[in-house]
Amino acid sequence: MSAEYAAAQSFNKVIEIVDRYDRSESKIIPILQAVQEEYRYLPQEVMTFIATSLGISPARLYGVATFYSHFSLEPKGKHIVKMCDGTACHVRGSTAVIDAIREKLNLTAKKITTDDMMFTFETVSCLGACGLAPVLVVDDEVHGMTTAEKAIQLIEEIVEKEKENA
Amino acid sequence: MPNLEQIRDTYNAARDRIDKRIIVCAGTGCIANGSLKVFEAIKNAVVLSGLEVVVTLKAHEDEDAHHDVYMVGSGCQGFCQVGPLVTIEPAGILYGHVKPEDAEEIVAKSIVKDEIIERLLYHDPVTGTGYKGQAEIPFYTKQQRTGLKDCGRVDPLNISEYIAHGGYFAARDAFTKYNSVDLCKLFQDSGLRGRGGGGFPTGLKWEFARREENEKKYIVCNGDEGDPGAFMDRSILEGNPHNVIEGMMIAARAIGADEGYVYVRMEYPLACNRIREAIAKAEEMGILGDNIFGSGQSFRIQVMEGAGAFVCGEETALLASIEGNRGMPNPKPPFPAQKGLFGKPTIINNVETLALVPVVMQKGPEEYRKIGTPKSPGTKTFALTGHVANTGLIEVPFGTTLREVVFEIGGGVLDKDGKINNDAFKAVQIGGPSGGCLTREHLDLPIDFDSLGAAGAMVGSGGMVVMNDSTCMVETARYFMTFTQNESCGKCVPCREGTRQMLEILEDITQGNATEESLVILQDAAETIKLASLCGLGKTAPNPVLSTMRYFRDEYEAHVNAKFCPTKACKALTPISIDPDLCRGCTLCVRVCPVGAITGELKKPHVIDPMICIKCGACIAACKFKAIS
Repeated sequence: MSAEYAAAQSFNKVIEIVDRYDRSESKIIPILQAVQEEYRYLPQEVMTFIATSLGISPARLYGVATFYSHFSLEPKGKHIVKMCDGTACHVRGSTAVIDAIREKLNLTAKKITTDDMMFTFETVSCLGACGLAPVLVVDDEVHGMTTAEKAIQLIEEIVEKEKENA
Repeated sequence: MPNLEQIRDTYNAARDRIDKRIIVCAGTGCIANGSLKVFEAIKNAVVLSGLEVVVTLKAHEDEDAHHDVYMVGSGCQGFCQVGPLVTIEPAGILYGHVKPEDAEEIVAKSIVKDEIIERLLYHDPVTGTGYKGQAEIPFYTKQQRTGLKDCGRVDPLNISEYIAHGGYFAARDAFTKYNSVDLCKLFQDSGLRGRGGGGFPTGLKWEFARREENEKKYIVCNGDEGDPGAFMDRSILEGNPHNVIEGMMIAARAIGADEGYVYVRMEYPLACNRIREAIAKAEEMGILGDNIFGSGQSFRIQVMEGAGAFVCGEETALLASIEGNRGMPNPKPPFPAQKGLFGKPTIINNVETLALVPVVMQKGPEEYRKIGTPKSPGTKTFALTGHVANTGLIEVPFGTTLREVVFEIGGGVLDKDGKINNDAFKAVQIGGPSGGCLTREHLDLPIDFDSLGAAGAMVGSGGMVVMNDSTCMVETARYFMTFTQNESCGKCVPCREGTRQMLEILEDITQGNATEESLVILQDAAETIKLASLCGLGKTAPNPVLSTMRYFRDEYEAHVNAKFCPTKACKALTPISIDPDLCRGCTLCVRVCPVGAITGELKKPHVIDPMICIKCGACIAACKFKAIS
């Protein structure tokens, strides 16, 4: 399989997405959401491709993609860990959990993905599960009343599983 | 045209042929606590016990069909603290903290027989009294649920059940008995005010859009609930999505719109799915679509997921986002009611407001006005969280005092050790990053739009975070400013640059680098940003700072003058000390201290010289005996 063929194959998915939204400029956000769902981030060549197929400038598309925090222009890790730092979680001690996870994964507020592309750790402003503060989300699974120990344990479980599968 | 009476009656008849009904809460909170596993376990236990169970009750079943047990995964029942929640009807038993292992016992005792399992009941944490169900638990009895009435009781995706509870009758009345002029008048008479934060009269807003002559108009439901600490919109969308659809239909009738959008945060995947499914069901049944209830008017709804921008909760920014642009606000006027989505007249109402719309129609404006206070009629939901015994979603009439909410419904304040101790109460932060603090002096203040505004706070979206005396108010103000600074869209200078300056000053204060002058500049910047910003985000961003400076001035002064944080929350302002009882004198801390601030003899307790210490924390991390803090 040639490289060109592989590229065309991968763009097929993008074409299907832009067609699903009638190549409409007002549907930029749902299009980017669907593309990111597919690739876990927004690769540069895909962005240029979308802009061309919608008949808009890449700058217009990048303007939207960089405005919303959900969109990522950098590849994300295999496992996404999100800690809620909303008010309720904050007053119930989310900071300590955040510090512990960053230390465990050797990450900072700026560097959010591990070098082995296994984990991405983000803080989010509110997940709306304030009754269970502080809240941690590991791969879309919500864990309430989190402590630093519990968070580290969840991460270690994933690491173990990955080792078994490797 | 769907015959609502027929659907209601056949559904009710089908329900009457059921012996027991088990409602397992499947809101985000309870799911996080494992309620889906509980649901499966109970279902299996019912089957094992030889009873017959049904999970989707269809209205059009055979008339002689009989079911022993009907199981429902409901939306949020509100009492998230004790989730997963399981309710058994008709007995009205509420079990909390239910685990899959409890399933067999629940079925054997409470389903097969009518016994109550004492250990699964909610027990008052102070008196230890056990309460049988919602009808007795103080958390519920002190509330008045109107908008949330069916949230947590019905199957959110069963449209027949919604209709059986009186749903879509108000929408039918709106489309068959009222014209748009009368509807706008009815809602103006009811005094209903927008629940999203502003408190603008809903009927008046509709009237502005109704007067516009345009063949295309839009209704937008604002479900971009970004305020940290608020989750009522999520709960309503998850727990009773048809209620929101019905509210949008009535609004569409009032202004003459034929298209609607529901804008939901992407952080709420369950809410997005439930509202999408509910819309599909309503279309299938012919409630949404063309020629609604024979009126000749069409109305269709689309769902749009946000992409993570707090500012999109501001209505002009939200419209920009639906149009596929950066979610930046635009100056008003023109108001969206005149020139909104794609340049057409548009009404944007919050989820909770729309959920209340059918309630107002059912009760009628006069009856509705009897609830709440004269200027703020009706009820308001609050997300009660933070240092309080009972966290969860509550609904109370306007005019309820803070004392009733925190100490009666909330069950009291938790101190830093997690024990109930009402003396530990310090403040309630209300209205999120746009709101302010209420303190002990406001405990007897009746809560409504105007009283809170006068106290320097706001009802806002209704996030109520209780804080105990271990919370540093300067740090809290810094926290909110970090949030708004991060979410400022950057369009106007006062908000973009001003919030950055305020945040830097607040950081200086919590780091011990501020002077008296910092407080003057902070106050000055706050007032300027409030006046000069373009949209609601910037105009309200300084509120948490102004409010804490007003009520906790002494704490700011302690940080600035004495370089001391009274609650020891600001690490840089808390002296590090060694507990002589825990210290074994191993000298490890002496070796890691970069400035040589620690002295002591081997095997004897060491001491830190606060004048030399730079509070780097290296010794705390190094100590194997947890003696340093």
